[in-house]
Amino acid sequence: MTATITPYRPPQQAGRDGFAQLLHAEWTKFRTLRGWVIAVVIATLLIGGVGVLLPRGGCPGGGGGCVVPHVPIGPGGAAVNDSYSLAGQPLPGDGSITARVTSLTGLIAPDQNFVGPNGPSNTLSPGLVPWAKAGIIITASTRPGSAYAAMMVTGSHGVRMQYDYTSDIAGLPGSLSVASPRWLRLTRSGDVITGYDSADGRHWTEVGTATLAGLTGTVRAGMFATSPLNFTPNFPTYGEPGGSVSDSVATGAFADADLRGGTPGGRWTGQQVGAEDANYNGAPPSGLGFRQAGGRFRVTGSGDIGPVVAGGVNTNYVTGTIEDHMFGVFIGLLIMIVIAAMFITVEYRRGLIATTLAASPRRGRMLAAKAVVIGLVTFVLGSAAVAVCVIAGSQITHAAGTYVLPVSWLTEARVILGTGAMLAVASALALGIGTVLRRSVVAVAAVIVAIVLPYIIGVTGILSATASEWVLRVTPAAGFAIEQSVPQYQQVLGHYGPPDYFALGPWSGLAVLCAYAAVALGLATWLLRRRDAGGAA
Amino acid sequence: MTQTMTHGRNQTMTIARHGLPRPAGTAWAGTAWAGHAWTGLSDALRAEWTKLRTVPGTAWILTAICVLTVAVGAATAAATRCGAGTRCTIDPTKVSLTGIEVGQAVVAVLAVLMISGEYSTGMIAATFTAMPRRWMVLAAKAAVLTGLVLVVAVVAVAGSLAAGRLILTGNGLTAAHGFAVVSLHGPTVRAAVGSVLYLELVGLLSLGIATIVRDSAAATGAVLGILYVPPVIALFLGSEPAWQHWVERYTPTNAGLAILNTTGLRDLVISPWAGLGVLAAWAAAALLAAGVLLRLRDA
Repeated sequence: MTATITPYRPPQQAGRDGFAQLLHAEWTKFRTLRGWVIAVVIATLLIGGVGVLLPRGGCPGGGGGCVVPHVPIGPGGAAVNDSYSLAGQPLPGDGSITARVTSLTGLIAPDQNFVGPNGPSNTLSPGLVPWAKAGIIITASTRPGSAYAAMMVTGSHGVRMQYDYTSDIAGLPGSLSVASPRWLRLTRSGDVITGYDSADGRHWTEVGTATLAGLTGTVRAGMFATSPLNFTPNFPTYGEPGGSVSDSVATGAFADADLRGGTPGGRWTGQQVGAEDANYNGAPPSGLGFRQAGGRFRVTGSGDIGPVVAGGVNTNYVTGTIEDHMFGVFIGLLIMIVIAAMFITVEYRRGLIATTLAASPRRGRMLAAKAVVIGLVTFVLGSAAVAVCVIAGSQITHAAGTYVLPVSWLTEARVILGTGAMLAVASALALGIGTVLRRSVVAVAAVIVAIVLPYIIGVTGILSATASEWVLRVTPAAGFAIEQSVPQYQQVLGHYGPPDYFALGPWSGLAVLCAYAAVALGLATWLLRRRDAGGAA
Repeated sequence: MTQTMTHGRNQTMTIARHGLPRPAGTAWAGTAWAGHAWTGLSDALRAEWTKLRTVPGTAWILTAICVLTVAVGAATAAATRCGAGTRCTIDPTKVSLTGIEVGQAVVAVLAVLMISGEYSTGMIAATFTAMPRRWMVLAAKAAVLTGLVLVVAVVAVAGSLAAGRLILTGNGLTAAHGFAVVSLHGPTVRAAVGSVLYLELVGLLSLGIATIVRDSAAATGAVLGILYVPPVIALFLGSEPAWQHWVERYTPTNAGLAILNTTGLRDLVISPWAGLGVLAAWAAAALLAAGVLLRLRDA
């Protein structure tokens, strides 16, 4: 008997094994388990519901119901502080302004002393905050929020060129003294402003160039000074708010002011920009202003020209961000991790995996199909829930008296869809770990501990700021970085910490989580091919 | 029909144990057994211990509790420095015991596996057939868990404190610089004993929740959710101090971990022992609910 046994091969096998078929099979497995569907719906409701129902927001000093002041919006769409003292002249067309800053001095109020717009000003003592500013500016108008470019000497960050509130370029380092003054120059050519600095008034270095949208016609050029609130954090712990805040003023002394392209023989006129506005954070305007004696000028100002940051230092309103309502995401995340791990471990427990793999012998594709199904379900539901949080939550917060920092619709979309993607990638990670370990308890615990615990350790101030930042860079918790909607600015002091600020940028953070998921799924695929189909319970 | 079988199994077990035949009519419902309740408990304890001992993985989990706790504590201590001129409010004992945050998750896994492992394999039916007093099964599981966790928690806490003392002193956080060095003084002893009790109570809370939830993956999610989500929510509630205060006082992790503090007790929202009491109340409530549900539900 030499009859050979030819294994039976169904003719349509190639078709039945297509990826679309696999997706359909996995989708059917998912949607026909009522418990899973209910759990996913509950996760969605919790992400949206907890964020919206738990009230958040309030007024300075607690409570709610205060009126959010009008905050100027800069050319880039960010909320800005724009208050300073100016000695300016009109500049109708192209030209330049040059001045020598001979000194920068300041006064600081005692700790926790909010002098406020109407408070006493006789409690100030000499001192200069790090980002006190005095220099020259070309601005489209003196309406707060206007396009501008400025060259300035700062309290402890040397010469800077700043423009349109968010951009900051370093110039000459070192501090100012009588022996080493600073010459500053801004030139205007249409809407292009170029900044220069010099230590001697003869050798000039270009610091930067800015193209300012809307800088047409007559603009104002002049000397300015301003000084943000003095802020001393209590303890340098990451994300832990607390510190003392007080008013400060700065006085810049100028000489050799030279405006080219202005009105011949024009006079410098003083002006307080933004000091009467409801959002003004600075010392009483009564002590501020501009004095001229011969060719020498003294400009005294308080406030800031720069972006408003989340957790920033304000005395008369509270800031919030669109991501403040997203803590329901943690609850949703846990549920999705459980479902995703069960998506594979249940097959091992029930022995279904043998059937699944018999029907689809290319095991890697089976895992890919599972990842796509669980990832898509999580992404769609998660994004929808987060959209509710962000949109409804921001309105509730605003109504309670908190100023929600405005962001572009692109940023809003990135926060919403990115958080959905973060949930989906976390689910894929759980699926991968579940396949590797084949035991749901250990898989679920491993993923939850890997994602949530570093966040807690990184944020609650157990570690130093540097260590916390590293924890949130290298662990899967980095994925939460996708939630941050407003950038961090080194030129503005504040409490920079999660959930508003992470050490990594939004996409880099998500990429770290993706890398973990890719490694887990890769290992899972390799083990699936190598191991027996049965496996542990 | 089932009842007869149950009696039969019971009798077999009894004969095997005591070598004496018992009449089938005097099974668990009868008065003759009442005096033997504690004999039953010792059987139950032996059974649970055997189950746990022979399941692959238990040794790994116990090792993981010790290793992870000490390793995370040591890593945190190594990352803790206080730069010159900065005001540091570092509590060396608390820093050394940071590993408890991760060790508790492994304790929870151990507890969940003890009960949900039986549900997932269907073994629970056999267990309850052999041991019809279901609360006794739960009590036996709780007792075995408590004993095991006691051993590993003592090792983990002692190891963490020793490593923390060594590393933090090396980082310059010495008594000469005004820090409360890890030593055998009152507050450190309280934190050490409290940490062991904390892990015990987390184990019991997890056992209770896992008995209520039954499914292993869902139970793990529920337990870790209760342990890890409230601390995150508390962080987000900065603008709602009343709510934040409530979460920090009455949720298991936030309240229970107050026991780790040795300095700055005045600033705590709940005192160390009261915090541990809150966790104990959670564990007791979970076990009570589990016991009631065990009685009411089908196996």
